[in-house]
Amino acid sequence: MTTRIFGSGIRRREDPRLITGRASYTDDIKLPGMLHAAILRSPYAHANITSIDASGAASQPGVVAVYTGADTDGVLNGMPCAWLIPGSDLKTPAHPAIAKDKVRYVGDAVAVVVAETRYQAEDALEHIAVDYEPLGVVVSPKAAAQDGAPQLHEDVPNNIAFTWAVAGGDADAAFADAAVTVSDTITLQRLIANPMEPRSALAQWNAPMGELTLWNTSQNPHIARFLTCVVTGVPEHKIRVIAPEVGGGFGSKIPYYPDEAITSFCAMKLGVPVKWTETRSENYQITTQGRDHIEEVEMAATSDGVITGLRTTVYAGMGGYLSTASPGIPTILHGLMYSGPYNIPNISGTIYGVFNNGCPVDAYRGAGRPEATNLLERLVDLVAAAVGQDPAEVRRKNLIPKFENGHDVATGITYDSGDYEAALDSALSAAGYESLRAEQAQARADGRCVGVGVSSYVEICGLGPSQVAGAVGFQGGLWESAIVRFHPTGKVHVMIGSSPHGQGEETTFAQIIASEVGVDVDDVDVIHGDTDNTPMGWGTYGSRTTAVSGAAVAVAVRKIKDKSRALAAHLLEAAPEDIEYEDGRFFVRGSPDQHKTIQDIALMANVAWNMPEGMEPGLEASAFYDPPNFTYPFGAHVAVVEVDPETGRIDLQRYVAVDDCGPQINPMIVEGQVHGGIVQGVGPALWEGAVYDDDGQLVTGSMLDYALPRADLLPELEVHSNTTPSPHHPLGVKGIGEAGTIASTPTVYNAVMDALRPLGVTRVDMPLTPEKVWRAINDARNGG
Amino acid sequence: MTIPVEITINGKACAGEVEPRQLLVHFIRENAGLTGTKVGCDTSQCGTCTVQLDGVSAKACTVLTVQASGSSVTTIEGLSDGVDLHPLQEAFWNNHGLQCGFCTPGMIMAANELLSRNPSPSREEIRHGLEGNICRCTGYQNIVSAVEDAAKSMGGR
Repeated sequence: MTTRIFGSGIRRREDPRLITGRASYTDDIKLPGMLHAAILRSPYAHANITSIDASGAASQPGVVAVYTGADTDGVLNGMPCAWLIPGSDLKTPAHPAIAKDKVRYVGDAVAVVVAETRYQAEDALEHIAVDYEPLGVVVSPKAAAQDGAPQLHEDVPNNIAFTWAVAGGDADAAFADAAVTVSDTITLQRLIANPMEPRSALAQWNAPMGELTLWNTSQNPHIARFLTCVVTGVPEHKIRVIAPEVGGGFGSKIPYYPDEAITSFCAMKLGVPVKWTETRSENYQITTQGRDHIEEVEMAATSDGVITGLRTTVYAGMGGYLSTASPGIPTILHGLMYSGPYNIPNISGTIYGVFNNGCPVDAYRGAGRPEATNLLERLVDLVAAAVGQDPAEVRRKNLIPKFENGHDVATGITYDSGDYEAALDSALSAAGYESLRAEQAQARADGRCVGVGVSSYVEICGLGPSQVAGAVGFQGGLWESAIVRFHPTGKVHVMIGSSPHGQGEETTFAQIIASEVGVDVDDVDVIHGDTDNTPMGWGTYGSRTTAVSGAAVAVAVRKIKDKSRALAAHLLEAAPEDIEYEDGRFFVRGSPDQHKTIQDIALMANVAWNMPEGMEPGLEASAFYDPPNFTYPFGAHVAVVEVDPETGRIDLQRYVAVDDCGPQINPMIVEGQVHGGIVQGVGPALWEGAVYDDDGQLVTGSMLDYALPRADLLPELEVHSNTTPSPHHPLGVKGIGEAGTIASTPTVYNAVMDALRPLGVTRVDMPLTPEKVWRAINDARNGG
Repeated sequence: MTIPVEITINGKACAGEVEPRQLLVHFIRENAGLTGTKVGCDTSQCGTCTVQLDGVSAKACTVLTVQASGSSVTTIEGLSDGVDLHPLQEAFWNNHGLQCGFCTPGMIMAANELLSRNPSPSREEIRHGLEGNICRCTGYQNIVSAVEDAAKSMGGR
């Protein structure tokens, strides 16, 4: 029974508190004497601060303190960037938590008010007088990199924060010799992550002990502790960061933000707990956004559609400052994936990270890989059109053949295992691809615009080998650790350093324990999110929690199993090699009645009345797992759309996904990740985009204007899977958190272009809103 | 200036002196101490603050506390005692209708009213009925399944 728990879609152990309203998120926590902070933000995208007079706010009802950059200057250190890409001429200009002299995006913090209630704090903001001298604004990352563009940072010429190149083979020669070349300029618009829980920070300062406790909406509390130490100067062992229930993150809760530092500063100055929670409008202005790429891309191929080369020039917007991980996103997590699932022997890419007057850009679900997959899949479709072949067949002939243990690609990385053609076959079969094409031909004959989109993808997950992290400039490791502790009654606590916030590891990690040593999943509680109660870990992002933290759990519980076997042998007076294990029982070979359950072992180990010579009491093990390679999940997706040419409206009619993340611990949870991922990628294809006007004002400043996917806009998703284990992982698992988002944007985009191609439309900038599609159709009709 | 209010929340009278501008969601969270009801936006788009106000679902961020005085409010905490679950809670659990859980209280409260109006909704009707509640984790599909499942166990077909 228990051994089959691995792979079972059991319902989640974390759900009871969530479905009953009994979970505590950061903003739900109230401490005695707690005050509330509100932060004044720049209304200008780029301006010098000529004066600040905060005296008016100080006398407002309930106001306890008002601080500006003059107060934090020299007390708080600058906001750190923690991914320093080597060989890229990276500039890391100063990023004060509170701007003192200059603001660089709408939302830059200028002052903070602490008051007895949040209403009072927000009221008082209006009584701070700030004089600004507006400066020139630049929003487009490409425009920002040109001579004469407004300069955001004095010491960063042309706003270029870094220049990073990736190369393999000889791309220029491939293009010179190519029978077919296709090109496009792709704008992958800024996206707003929109976790449903706004960010929040609650800081408590224990002055006599010099201890700072920070409750924070973080995907990685141990990193938050480390960076709190860097910014506040409080020693690391005197900082406790707690990420309680966290309501989604999608990358936007990885960074350490000025707001956390400011809230901590206030608590330390005042000696009372201070809480800050962003409004959704603030979230839109200040919580890191995703993408913001302008990509000039081209692909070379033979006349038969065999891809021979890829060249890219990418301008990646960084926003006003570098965020915690931003330089790594369009480089390591993007450019290294330029081969995708294909044999592309010749690759050359140049990525410019560019400061522009917007919210800082950092990881957003997929983080670099959606951008890579999107450009590849669009180009492959252009190649298919250019050579007059079916896009699925062009993919098939370029896919890397099945491999089980390592495949090198031109960008210099080694994929772990893959069977890309099987995924494509499964997707085409599940979609009924041939029938779809026949139906499409009939629809076209009837004058209807039906399109079928296909994409293949591979992503880099399970970040990652720490030596590689160091080599690519990540200012930390990427291993994970776990402690598995059996109590005398056989109940289990598992402490992990990663920090799930919706992904369900309280359940899947209990399943790992249960499947290894035969306890009931309900007897295992997984503890995470508190730096005082969990071992070191680097956090939950990059589809790495199951792949890395789960491996640590597996390694730790296998140590438990080894010790249990040895103790069972001692108690049963048998040789350890004669002890067999099945379903939670350790027994003497051939004598199943002579056994000890794991619960017996837990009790005997904890009371330690009769331990073998040299064996320590207790039944607890820890593991530090540093992955030998990344994991590379993959898949293929198919979408069907119909476009109304008279209105430009797109009806997404079907969506078929085949994903291969290796063995699935809990297929129900995997499917849920795929559902959510797909929808987060459909959004930017059809509806979502953060729009800044020429003055750097965020036009899409609320959920009214930023079009998030809603339940009634989506078809029933058809989700399937294949299973190709990772050769290097203790459980073979790869990770599934980002797959859907990576695949779905180009799948839907390609379907729409497939529908529009007979009308002469070959490209439209995303999101494919009805107005843009209608204009493109009309322009094509008018000979444009 | 403050105004006295009395609101019955989950069957219990909650009295307070509040500013006229106070939003009902803040009364529920701050004055009544019921934090199951969430604040996810400031433009009445997201639906995380959905409660039942005199039996009708309402976004508690668009109602002033003083408007609700004398009314009866049900929040997620009032749907069950937290142990013997409401069929919707059970169905969200069984169908993996939640991930991070932040939208869930509002989603369940919106679904509860939907089922009171239409005990046997089609999947399409459920999707339409929940368009005022945003979820970023699930892609909605399992939420629709959960509501469909709850409808069955609550006596609809």
